[in-house]
Amino acid sequence: MAWDRNQMAARAAQELEDGMYVNLGIGIPTLVANYVGDKDITLQSENGMLGMGPFPFEGEEDPDLINAGKQTITELARTSYFDSAMSFGMIRGGKIAAAILGAMEVAENGDLANWMIPGKLVKGMGGAMDLVAGVGRVIVVMDHTNKHGESKVLKACTLPLTGKGVVDRIITNLGVLDVVEGGLRIVECAEGVTEDDLRAATQATIV
Amino acid sequence: MKKVYGSAAEALDGLLIAAGGFGLCGIPELLIDAIVDSGVKDLTVASNNAGVDGFGLGKLLDTRQIKKMMSSYVGENAEFMRQYLSGELELEFNPQGTLAERMRAGGAGIPGFYTKTGVGTQIAEGKEVKQFGGEDYILEEGIFADLAIVKAWKADTTGNCIFRKTARNFNPPAAMCGKVCVMEVEEIVEPGTLDPDHIHLPGIYVHRLIQGSHEKRIEQRTVRKREEA
Repeated sequence: MAWDRNQMAARAAQELEDGMYVNLGIGIPTLVANYVGDKDITLQSENGMLGMGPFPFEGEEDPDLINAGKQTITELARTSYFDSAMSFGMIRGGKIAAAILGAMEVAENGDLANWMIPGKLVKGMGGAMDLVAGVGRVIVVMDHTNKHGESKVLKACTLPLTGKGVVDRIITNLGVLDVVEGGLRIVECAEGVTEDDLRAATQATIV
Repeated sequence: MKKVYGSAAEALDGLLIAAGGFGLCGIPELLIDAIVDSGVKDLTVASNNAGVDGFGLGKLLDTRQIKKMMSSYVGENAEFMRQYLSGELELEFNPQGTLAERMRAGGAGIPGFYTKTGVGTQIAEGKEVKQFGGEDYILEEGIFADLAIVKAWKADTTGNCIFRKTARNFNPPAAMCGKVCVMEVEEIVEPGTLDPDHIHLPGIYVHRLIQGSHEKRIEQRTVRKREEA
């Protein structure tokens, strides 16, 4: 047993507190928005928007209104727009409280790799390097292992880094881990997962 | 020094162009078409993305007019990948915020700045590292483009511009860093029509202005069902 995508997103949503400005990455992180409940959260889209609303109703799509994944979205009463330099100014400047994003690998020292696999198609880092370098708290949401069953929670990343020592918390299908001095600390296990299961699936040092 | 060129297009080859837009949102469609028609080659283009196959900057890739791209994300374009992997096209990856700031800095007369984005990654290779407050930062250089091609929603005849929603994106910083900035808009109005307090980009940054109609293609059409509301 372990968490599914939606349960991981729901767990990640617990990280968010009232009044936070937050940037959500593509994939499972996007689902986090469905689980914030009554909390007053403002979503940033790094292409130049604070206060991102839901997808539009059919027929109401606006080509001038997209999110960082190039999907059509809507605005809210609180929405503001700005240019890319200001958008990354607020990211780099530490104004965004948290970023929740996916990863290919995370290491016990907080290193994050999520932008390229050498020898494979390179699409680019987009805003990921700026986000992990600048926001208050970096929360990774990802499967604990890859499709070959190998741990993605490592002693050291093997892939080119997106950021060095930037990750604060890792939420996977198996549980929640924090990056602390000397390695990772288990915060909680997913439903039906034991600490031994979590340790067995983790290559990184657990302290 | 070579001063005599065989054609007008050849004489214009090799320009560094800063282009506005994010994905296909807010891109200077009309100016891209004009550059295709001009036939200028060996262009270096600083733009967050490279369009899609057959649209946006993808058109200039199809015609092989671009020698080098400075971008943060190019995943939507198969022809781009083909040219890049075969070595026909140079690519300089820039973190998105670094690219935007490089343009803004260039336009603001700042030749370089230090940022923590990319420290300890491939992006930092070969760049000066300096410590501030015990933390490492890398030196990034401002972009001083020969030409900026940008798109706004409305402008008055003096070049004061207003953008619409997320179509603003890279357009203001790209406009700022161009020695010559050509702006295309959906509507040109008389001075006094736009509220001076609502101008997003003052006309001082805009040297040439054109009006036209835009296709405004949507890259990822996503909707929700009305029942869910």
